[in-house]
Order: sequence, then structure tokens, then C-alpha cells
Amino acid sequence: MTLKLSNAQIAWRAAQDIQDGAYVNLGIGFPEMVAQYQPPGRQAIFHTENGILNFGESPAEGSEDWDLINAGKKAVTLNPGAAFFHHADSFAMVRGGHLDVAILGAYQVAENGDLANWSTGPKGVPAVGGAMDLVHGAKRVAVITDHVTKDGKPKLVKSCTLPLTGVGCVTRVYTSLAVIDIEGGHFVLREKLPALSLEALQAQTGAELFTKGPVADLIVPEL
Amino acid sequence: MDKTISTLAEAVAEIGDGATVMIGGFGGSGSPIELIHALIDRFRETGSPRNLTVVNNNAGNGHVGLAALIEHGMVQKLICSFPRSADPRVFTEKYLAGEIELELVPQGTLAERIRAGGAGIPAFYTPTAYGTDLAKGKVIAEFEGRPYVQERWLKADFALVKAHLGDRQGNLTYNKAARNFNPLMCMAAATTIVQVTRIVEPGSIDPEHVVTPGIFVQGLVEVFDPQQEEVLNRAGAHHP
Repeated sequence: MTLKLSNAQIAWRAAQDIQDGAYVNLGIGFPEMVAQYQPPGRQAIFHTENGILNFGESPAEGSEDWDLINAGKKAVTLNPGAAFFHHADSFAMVRGGHLDVAILGAYQVAENGDLANWSTGPKGVPAVGGAMDLVHGAKRVAVITDHVTKDGKPKLVKSCTLPLTGVGCVTRVYTSLAVIDIEGGHFVLREKLPALSLEALQAQTGAELFTKGPVADLIVPEL
Repeated sequence: MDKTISTLAEAVAEIGDGATVMIGGFGGSGSPIELIHALIDRFRETGSPRNLTVVNNNAGNGHVGLAALIEHGMVQKLICSFPRSADPRVFTEKYLAGEIELELVPQGTLAERIRAGGAGIPAFYTPTAYGTDLAKGKVIAEFEGRPYVQERWLKADFALVKAHLGDRQGNLTYNKAARNFNPLMCMAAATTIVQVTRIVEPGSIDPEHVVTPGIFVQGLVEVFDPQQEEVLNRAGAHHP
């Protein structure tokens, strides 16, 4: 019995909602895994903040071109149809409503769609990168995350206690336990692991889970 | 018209104490390592320039390029979006010791502020950062029912830029994603100095392929085989 989905499985589930030909930005780190799990026959076009559309997989070690990297500073390759552009054009694509989907990680998501994913507080060196830009403009802003923190606290909350990345920007959350939409200031449960009761899921969620119609089973392959 | 400069030392000779310097690149990609190192070499010989305000997306990596500039204590303030890297120790230590000031700017806002600086637009509105700590104290206005944050242009005394081909009139092409902030910084600085892999004659670059028109460039210096920050760091390099 699956107790919770692995990161790969969360990424797989998020990838199923990306349409063929969609323009997609994946946040640095965990969200980058989504690219590996596109359903057969679908090919999204991936955008990176530093000025590439339609980049591909990592090159073999030793054949990197360090002028050809993604936002995570990792070497990438190009797919046929790739394009380069400068940073202002890149963020015009972001804020101008031209991306279909942005998929980001999260420290906290609030029931009104607020996202906190850039700072865990005043300690250390603050760094924001493109996160605050990405949450505005993409037609759909989705989050992939564990349902709870490492010490078991809810990441889906009534209101964020950590510094915000954006206000009311997230529309769907893929967690290790469920798929949840944000509608009208509420978490609306769409899918959950079949073995998990609604009560058990609610107990691990920091705000009320609403249902609208049937809740589907969240079924993901072993990866 | 010939904007070429024969040596790196000559190319950075005019940058004075307290100058605002935009440095192109995103991480190592498009970073003008040789121009930065020439500036450090001048500082080591003459004690100048110091108290620089530097604009870059990052805060350096390892002990070369921008990290080395910071390590030498030449930078008073850094304006950037992401002061982290594989090896951010140089900046981190100076920041935590209170020896360097940081203005943190969302990446798209940073790009647009630089573009605005080059385009003569003193301020603009963006949805980015609305409702966050990075919009504190800024003017907010509503357009078509949504709130936006007013951001100001960013200009510089100098830009140090890396390009691929450059003709003697300053028309530039870039290599792959090394373009990033470079064309914007060329526009936003009073004096833009570019290191190019090859200087070519006017007419050699197809006008259809020019990315930065020469009007935005004041000086070019040829660095035939430019170093890559990532390669230097993997070799554990320090400058000098």
C-alpha cells in the first residue's frame, strides 16, 4: 500500500495535465523532474528564464557547453525549433501571459492561492531569482510539493506564515497525497490516494478541504 | 569609426571609484571573466577602483570573476536577484559580516529595470512582488482591476559585457544563452565595454543577425579564447 507518493510520482501526476505543445516553465530543482514524465505523444516546449525556449535534456558529461545552461545553471541541449532571447523578452513571456503553465515548488500554499516559496525567514542570505515573476502571467500556476513538511506540519495552510512569493496566484496543488484545486478562496479536493480517508487527509491539511462532486482516486505508476 | 581597444587593461582603465558597473551574464554564461579580471588586476596595482556598485543577476561563484571582484573588497553594493551559487562563500561571508550591501530584485524586474534605464523610461508598473516584502514602500496602482508595483529604471556608468562577434562599429552577436542580460546592459550604461571572441570588419555580420546594434557600444576588446567560470571553478581556480 502506498503511504505517499515519491517526488517522481508527484512530478508524473503533474506531467499528465500538460498538453501537447504547451509552453511550460519548470522551477529549479524538484519541478524540473516533470519534464521526464510527459505522456507519450506529447511534447511540451520548455522555457528557461535565462533565454531559451525548447531546450532539451542534459548533454553527456564532458560535452557541456557552458553558454547553454538552464535557470538552475545546469548544462542543457536544444530541441529542433529552439530559440534564444534576452532577459527582458524572457520575462515578457512570463508576465505577458504567454506561458501556458508554470510549475513551482512551495514551502506553504494558502487556501486563497497565496504562495510562499522563496524565503524561510530573515536568517542567512535572501535570494529570490525569478520566482516572484513566474507566479504572475502564466495561464496556470501549479505547485508540486510534499503534503506536509519534514516534521509533519501542513504545507497547505489557512494563510502563509512565511514571506510571500505571490498573492492569490496558485490554482492547483499536486501533493504526495492528493490533487487539490484552489477555487473561490478554498481548497477543493479533486483526487486523493485511495487508501487514505478524507478524515486522515484533512488532519494533515491546515485549512478546510471542500469537495465539489466525486473525489477521484490518485493512481500513479511505480517509478 | 573604430571602437576597438587593444588591451583589456586599457578597456577598464576609465572605471573610477564609486562607479556603478553592470556586469553581464547569468552565472558563468555570458560572464565577461577577462574584463572582470583586468579590473581586479588594476585594483591590485593601484588600489582603484573601489566602492563599486555592481549589477548582476548573481553574486559570483567560487573565487574567479565576480566572486573574485567581491573577494578583493572592491564592491560596496550588489544589486542582484539570486546571490547563491554552487560556491557562494565569498559573497555570503561578506554579507553576513555586514561588509557588502545587497539590493535584492526579482529577476524579471531586474531585467526590465535595466531595459527601462536604456530606453529612457524612468518607471514602470509590474505585477511582480505585489503583496510581498520586496514591494514594501513602493507605489502601488491598480490597472484593469489588478494591483501593480511601480519600479524605477536602473542605469550605470559602465557595463562590462561578453559577446561573440563584434564589428569595429560595435554591432554584436552572442553565443547561445550567453545573451541573457548582456544586450540590456549595453543599453543602460553610459559606457559599454564588450569583450568579444572575434573582432570583425563592418559588413561581416549580416544586419539581420545583429543582436546589439553598435550605437549601444563604446568599446570592444578581443579575447580570442574566453574562459568559462564553470570550467575554472571545476579546476579550483582563484584570481589571481
